Amino acid sequence: MNTPEPFAGEVVHSPVRHHILSVLVENKSGVLARIAGLFARRGFNIYSLAVAPSERHARFSRITIVVDAESAPLEQMMGQLDKLVNVVDIWDIAPKDAVERELLLATIATDVSNRTSLLDILGRAGASIIDVDPGAVTVMLAGTPASCDEFERALEDYSSVELHRTGRLAVPRLGQELTNPERGPR
Amino acid sequence: MQLTGAQALIKSLEQQGVDTVFGLPGGAILPVYDPLLDSSIRHILVRHEQGAGHMAEGYALATGRPGVAMVTSGPGSTNIVTPIANAHMDSTPLVVVTGQVATSSLGLDAFQECDITGITMGVTKHNFLVRTAHDIPRAVAAAFHLATTGRPGPVLIDLPKDVAQSTMEWWYPAGPDEYDLPGYHPLIDLDEADVERAVALMAAAERPVLYVGGGTLKSRATAELRAFAERTRIPVVTTLMARGAFPHSHELNLGMPGMHGLYAAVTAMQRSDLLITLGARFDDRVTGRTAAFAPGARVIHVDIDRAELGKIRQADVAIQGDVGTVLRAFEAAGAMPARLDTWWSEIRSWQAAYPLTYEDEPTEGPLRPQHVIESLAANAPEGTIVASGVGQHQMWTAQFWPFEEPNSWINSGGAGTMGFGVPAAIGAKVGRPDRTVWCIDGDGCFQMTAQELVTARSEGIPVKVAILNNSHLGMVRQWQEMFYDERYSEVYLSPDLPDYVQWAEAMGCVGLRATTPKEMSDVIDEANAINDVPVVIDFRVDATEKVFPMVPAGASNDDILVHPSQRKETR
Ligand SMILES: Cc1ncc(C[n+]2csc(CCOP(=O)(O)OP(=O)(O)O)c2C)c(N)n1
Repeated sequence: MNTPEPFAGEVVHSPVRHHILSVLVENKSGVLARIAGLFARRGFNIYSLAVAPSERHARFSRITIVVDAESAPLEQMMGQLDKLVNVVDIWDIAPKDAVERELLLATIATDVSNRTSLLDILGRAGASIIDVDPGAVTVMLAGTPASCDEFERALEDYSSVELHRTGRLAVPRLGQELTNPERGPR
Repeated sequence: MQLTGAQALIKSLEQQGVDTVFGLPGGAILPVYDPLLDSSIRHILVRHEQGAGHMAEGYALATGRPGVAMVTSGPGSTNIVTPIANAHMDSTPLVVVTGQVATSSLGLDAFQECDITGITMGVTKHNFLVRTAHDIPRAVAAAFHLATTGRPGPVLIDLPKDVAQSTMEWWYPAGPDEYDLPGYHPLIDLDEADVERAVALMAAAERPVLYVGGGTLKSRATAELRAFAERTRIPVVTTLMARGAFPHSHELNLGMPGMHGLYAAVTAMQRSDLLITLGARFDDRVTGRTAAFAPGARVIHVDIDRAELGKIRQADVAIQGDVGTVLRAFEAAGAMPARLDTWWSEIRSWQAAYPLTYEDEPTEGPLRPQHVIESLAANAPEGTIVASGVGQHQMWTAQFWPFEEPNSWINSGGAGTMGFGVPAAIGAKVGRPDRTVWCIDGDGCFQMTAQELVTARSEGIPVKVAILNNSHLGMVRQWQEMFYDERYSEVYLSPDLPDYVQWAEAMGCVGLRATTPKEMSDVIDEANAINDVPVVIDFRVDATEKVFPMVPAGASNDDILVHPSQRKETR
């Protein structure tokens, strides 16, 4: 079956100028929909989005959004996000000032013929095996987005049963001043 | 004290000082309508929920206090989405309470279930789905706080039926600290350095313009604006949303800018070297083609909403703040432009060459719509409030009605919602019963929400409605005449189907008609003498009349089309 052409104007992912927004939100129902709706409505593109309960308090969650800073000015994105009542704080982290990590999980079909070369790739990437059965292994890599890309490419030669990536999480490099044009964390 | 959720809701509204709720009951909101019987709050029973929303908007715009509407779930809630979206575009403070199916039924497609918080996410400042009766007072207090502070806007409270029926121990939050809004901080500290940079730009300006938007009214900064303008003698333009923020008759007022703005207002902005932007947002109806807008101007942009700064036009000095506070800071810093004599003489020459104009009508009619508006205004008592629908009649009203005071002009700007006029006028009259309220409407708009005159009659709300009946969707007809080679597609409505006089009478109003100038002045006198019931006048106006000046959509403001009678002259 032929894959149809995407609609003209549909977003094709090319992380040319990505930027990281680390957003502290109230843990209330619908918050993710509010953020996703805002981005969709205003034509701000998201590369990836990760949500987890925050370090501070069960009342809050942290959402790490990797945005396409070419789709709209960062100032505009932050200003609109800040207007969402459930958004408590926003930190803007430029990629050069960030430590970024991503988690990749892949299940690969294995047999005697490919096991050695696979182990070799895992070793070089620093990935580990987290599940095994006679016909397959599940491997994991926690690394920089670039190393995950590279690992994913290396796995292309194998028949991969499944591959998942989390999207990146980021924290500022130590010693970096945070840009929080609002008022700083409260 | 043990109360039901329904009682707690009504008591919370009373606590907020609410005197009027516009609404219509139904299954999911039924519990709340019972304690309403024992409340001091006046409920206005509308004939369609859209009417309730626009009435609440009219009430809010006329009084400066938030408007409140209450409707049932499902279709009741979707019927009020248009007014919510309208209020969102125009930053009007509204609190809308919707009934909802019981919490146990949520998500199960129960009868009249509708995800109204989901639907209105993009068109409210915020919304709440209240899950326990204990949370009701806090949701109400927070809703009013959100609706009225910072950049105002609509807030929706969705109340499941079982929550209204369950009981709670009465409490009321003492203040914003108890509203549980950790992400909401409407108070902004002014940065003195920004003020200094703005003052420096003003000192260097030779062709400054005060670009005054609706935010100036929301900030109640009209006295500050007047003091500042009179001291600096900087020319003022007032946008569609800001008519009345600065007296129409003031010598410094150039009038409305934009697509149907006055030539001098539009051109002063185009030639300006400094736009002092106060609570305005560079809407495309003001800027024309943005790339060609005010090319030589530096921009000072003052807005309470940070996201407006730099959204359309990059500002040289962007100040997030309340317009009144910032104007006081400008005054304190002694902001003063250079001598403006040359600038003013240029502006005066544009005003002299291209005033608003229209041609006299034949003695046998049809009437000129602009003449009708001028005659209504000339005979209206001081402080009259005017509402309008959307279309040509709205633009002519904005151009020709001399708005002298804040909160005297009630219209749908950002959304352009046909049918806004009649219910908004009713809401305004409820909020300001001491004022005469005229709705200047189009025949198309009138047909969208006229049924609310039944509400007005039965509730004793004597508004006056002037239908500028051109038997067309006039504004669309104008575009088809000018930009689609006079190919008229689906814009004809008929002058006498419906018969507006009979329709008015059927709704318990007085119905009048005027075709000639003589009849016009007679019926205006007649209408002004009636103060107990609503009056509707069917003014038969010329269908070919067009709104000028006009900047065609997408064109530069330099390419403004003036009235045909003014076109021979060179400019
Ligand atoms: C709800 C809605 N539908 C359609 C439009 C598009 N529209 C803008 S003005 C207009 C014509 C309005 O006609 P009428 O009320 O007779 O006023 P006139 O322009 O003739 O003064 C229309 C259809 C709109 N603004 N709102």
